Amino acid sequence: MKMSGAKAIVEALKREKAETIFGYPGGVIMPFYDALIGEEGVRHVLTRHEQGAVHAAEGYARASGKVGVCVSTSGPGATNLVTGIADAFMDSIPIVALSGQVVTSLIGNDAFQEADMFGITMPITKHNFKVVNAKDLVPSLKMAFTLAQLGRPGPVHVDLPKDIQTAEVEFDYPDKIVIPTYQPKIEPHPIQVKRAAELLGDAERPVIMAGGGVISSNASRELTKLAEMLMSPVVLTLMGKGAMDERHPLCLGMAGMHGRMSANYVLNNCDAMLAVGCRFDDRITGDLKHFAPEAKIIHIDIDSAEIGKNVGVELPIVADARKALTAIIDALAKVKKRKDSSEWQKRMKELMEACECDYGCNSTPIHPARVIWELNKLMPKNGIITTEVGQNQMWAMHFFKAHTPRHYISSGGLGTMGFGLPAAIGAKAACPDKPVLNVAGDGSLLMVCQEFTTSVEHDLPVTALVMNNNWLGMVKQWQKLFMKGRYSGTKLGKMPDFVKLIDAFGGKGERVERPSEIAEAIKHGLKSGVAYLIDVLIDPEADVLPMVPPGGRVDQMIPSDRCGKISRLVKR
Amino acid sequence: MNEKTNGAQARKPYIISMLVEDKFGVLQRISGVFSRRGFNMNTITVGRSEQQGVSRMTITTTGDKRMVEQIIKQLNKLVDVIKVIELEENECVTREIALAKVHVKDYAARNELTNFTNIFRGKIVDVGPNSMMIEITGTSDKIDGFIELLKPFGIKEFVRTGITALSK
Repeated sequence: MKMSGAKAIVEALKREKAETIFGYPGGVIMPFYDALIGEEGVRHVLTRHEQGAVHAAEGYARASGKVGVCVSTSGPGATNLVTGIADAFMDSIPIVALSGQVVTSLIGNDAFQEADMFGITMPITKHNFKVVNAKDLVPSLKMAFTLAQLGRPGPVHVDLPKDIQTAEVEFDYPDKIVIPTYQPKIEPHPIQVKRAAELLGDAERPVIMAGGGVISSNASRELTKLAEMLMSPVVLTLMGKGAMDERHPLCLGMAGMHGRMSANYVLNNCDAMLAVGCRFDDRITGDLKHFAPEAKIIHIDIDSAEIGKNVGVELPIVADARKALTAIIDALAKVKKRKDSSEWQKRMKELMEACECDYGCNSTPIHPARVIWELNKLMPKNGIITTEVGQNQMWAMHFFKAHTPRHYISSGGLGTMGFGLPAAIGAKAACPDKPVLNVAGDGSLLMVCQEFTTSVEHDLPVTALVMNNNWLGMVKQWQKLFMKGRYSGTKLGKMPDFVKLIDAFGGKGERVERPSEIAEAIKHGLKSGVAYLIDVLIDPEADVLPMVPPGGRVDQMIPSDRCGKISRLVKR
Repeated sequence: MNEKTNGAQARKPYIISMLVEDKFGVLQRISGVFSRRGFNMNTITVGRSEQQGVSRMTITTTGDKRMVEQIIKQLNKLVDVIKVIELEENECVTREIALAKVHVKDYAARNELTNFTNIFRGKIVDVGPNSMMIEITGTSDKIDGFIELLKPFGIKEFVRTGITALSK
């Protein structure tokens, strides 16, 4: 069927079931926007900044598991997508970013609003396309959506010159394509699976570390099953949060720089580690020389380049996480002689109990842990949490007990401030029936607060729970701990009145100054039905502790004043 | 040293041979992997292969075994890359071309240079009043050796293509 390039893009979106897209129009993407008129199958959410659009697409993808789509014009519109594309690249999130480009005859002439987006997005995408021949448009779109999801997911960018959008193209859109040069290995090798099962069966102190790959391959059930078979503790990376119910007696929560002491302890003292869908980021390993010194590491990843990149491994398994875990479960059932790990289990239980410190503290100004404690009690089971980046994120990571995959969304690898609010809006668009709450900081939120307009206008109500300490808290904490308290650029001087701000955007809000008020405010937010902001004035001196100093050893954390019991235990 | 860390292993030269789609941007994608991940690229040659629309690229690099494994894995991930292999020196033929414009002050020098060129199976490709241009093909070691011989004459300009290689 013949149609305009612009219409073909819309048709491709419909074929890919991208029922909601996020974007911001401009000069050279106008043919596409024109083609959207009257289209029932594609809902366009106009964000108020392109960065909002790309983070919303990420939130949509992270919450739904589908491909998120964002659209911008050329030049400044497209460069505003860059942060979110890089964010999706670091966290392996499937998004397709479409941007307009100047007409092909002007490319290279420094035309108005021209930027070399093909060159700019190349190192931060899984693959990218610059469509300069109309006949390549439809195949490029199919490739883009396929590549975004195939193997290790990631962002794909398609640059769309204006004259390609207006040209006539043949719309021949196959359901499935094979890309001969990109054939990820999905099935695990049976010999390696057998060896993995033997190695785990032979361990006295096994541990499983689960990352974001478990979530993207929908392997949570298999993860839990294998942990129960082995009676092995499970620790999560930041991206793995939600991969296993943190209230499960074998789940120790997040490990790493701001992880739990108990999680870091088991990670560092295990004799066999099954790392699945994670990439041994420096925030997890700390000083590599002292990371898990006695561990035989089995590393499952769909991307062979991740294996051996940061740490040497005993046994690599290149495969889809779910397929590999399923195969190991089957193989383990056949392993007859298993080592006794009861000592280790006892130890784990002891550590877990000691790590459950009381953070229902009643002090004023409010301790941030108390805020998350209340959230833990009030967030409904189907509720989705997003976070900004900084102290707010790490308090939520440390104290919130996530339970379901895709219900805990955060910017991991890139650590993008301003991610949380638009991601929450995207998640809400994907899951309109679920309450969505963004744990925010006063610094992060102000980077993207214009997106409250998007939330109100498009009836995508989300709640922002602002940990307001009037500081860029995480940097301030580092200045306090590692730079002799020389605070530079971190004091947020004159800040807006957040309650008035949300009011101006057409939402609702309230301020919370005492611990006793937190619960009510969260309840109001969750049932408000409109963009809601809870401005929680927290203790500006509260730090995120415990903590592994940058480059430090994971077994030598700076404790918090509540870590007494667990600190004594892990030293034993 | 802990064997789990990426510590310094023996560094040596490696030859990487790859088949890539002949599409615009492919060179940028490949060089991007090297620059972004901090791998060094000593030489790169690229040209058509036996298949239509497919180029063969030869890259030489210096590093340890682990780094080369990483390079190969990262290059393999690129959608436009069809195949990447490491070529062991004794299992492949490597060649490089050099062009050297050499100063010749008198008849004797011209004679001697012609002799050297013949011994090295080079070719004299241009002759000027005070200079000669010589083309030489061979392994990098051979070219290195030849260049040493040319130095006393006075090398005016000099270029070499970098290694291209094919497995045996």
